[in-house]
Amino acid sequence: MLGKEISTTDEFVKGLWRDNPVFVQVLGMCPALAVSNTAINALTMGLATTFVLLMSGICVSALRNFIPREARIVSFICIIASFVTAVDYLIMAISLELHRSLGAFIALIVVNCLILGRAEAFASKNTLGRSVLDALGMGVGFTVALLWIGVVREILGSGSLFGVNLFPDTFQTWTVMVLPSGGFFAMAMWLLLVNRLKQKETEAEKQIQEATP
Amino acid sequence: MNIPGPLQQPPTSAWSMYRAIVGIGALCALLIVTVYETTADRIRENQEKFLARAISEVLPEAQSTIAVALTDDGGLKESVEATTLPVFLGYGAEGKLVGAVVTAQGMGYQDNIRVLYAYSFELDAIVGFKVLDSKETPGLGDKIEKEPHFLANFERLDATLTMDNDALLNPIVTVKQGQKTEAWQLDGITGATITSDAIGKILNASANTWVPVLKQNSQAFSRREPAED
Repeated sequence: MLGKEISTTDEFVKGLWRDNPVFVQVLGMCPALAVSNTAINALTMGLATTFVLLMSGICVSALRNFIPREARIVSFICIIASFVTAVDYLIMAISLELHRSLGAFIALIVVNCLILGRAEAFASKNTLGRSVLDALGMGVGFTVALLWIGVVREILGSGSLFGVNLFPDTFQTWTVMVLPSGGFFAMAMWLLLVNRLKQKETEAEKQIQEATP
Repeated sequence: MNIPGPLQQPPTSAWSMYRAIVGIGALCALLIVTVYETTADRIRENQEKFLARAISEVLPEAQSTIAVALTDDGGLKESVEATTLPVFLGYGAEGKLVGAVVTAQGMGYQDNIRVLYAYSFELDAIVGFKVLDSKETPGLGDKIEKEPHFLANFERLDATLTMDNDALLNPIVTVKQGQKTEAWQLDGITGATITSDAIGKILNASANTWVPVLKQNSQAFSRREPAED
């Protein structure tokens, strides 16, 4: 998008579809595959990541003139790790069951390359307002993508959605979908679909360009 | 030919590096301490509620409980100290001792498994079981938490002691699914062999330690004033 003036709405919207962190940038795969076995886990993980993304984006952007270039990675990691620790305590305070089901993956948000990537590539070079929109867009894009994977895995693997049974008892669940390999299957299926849609979009754009003299 | 070198940036002074790193470190420390202090009470409350709910699930007859610990000479004393593996005595409606609830842990297939089980003095048996912490494989190992035939083991799992009341008469062991013949055997889970074996080992080790002590001291703790509500 070099040379083009990016509108503030575009800053938010780009994370949802065009630069979706999971389906386009393929970032943050560890939590996307590991904790998307149920819809509620996927949603919580997505929201926790969005919170860390937003708060670290705000801090990095606000402190961008204060952090020297040589010390930026250590500073970003320190900021991100602190917010992850805060999220860990907050989830424990909200629900222990939820904290249990997410296990070690809350702590692992620290090493989610999506967050460090946005801090380094965007928040450290842009104003506070734009960084907030970028973080929110990327966070919502990440959460929605995780939720899509989680919904498919829970419906097929457990026969339920958000813990509510959808099928009669005779439904044979696909256990493989709740196992780690199921994460890859669901992810591959969505990648195929999203890429196909994107391809169609490009073709349509090309046709319009060719048609206009 | 002139090849352009990398962009020259003015060198950063040591002071601004110190200022940034120490400043950010201090801010982060402040954030963590604030969140910890704000949530600590709520988290403790949640943990207590979770444990209380688990106790009433495994020993529903208990109306009130007291935490107990081992004394230096192998006896039993009431204790309020927090521990990772607490043991409780449960009292019924009239303040009569109905059973004990013991926390135990051991290695499973993926990680440590922490469980809670109820021991009935009257039946000399384990009469309730719940998994507190487990990271066993979803869909396979985690069947120890929900598989009905496995949970049926704990309706009355024999834990009779020897004549001297110092050890279990028969060790608690896990057998292959469908091959349970004795009251002290655990009917295992096909597909979760290691996890269901681990439960047998955890219960056997813990029951061998705790059941003799509980049984020997049950007279001293047999009654308690009913809790006033």
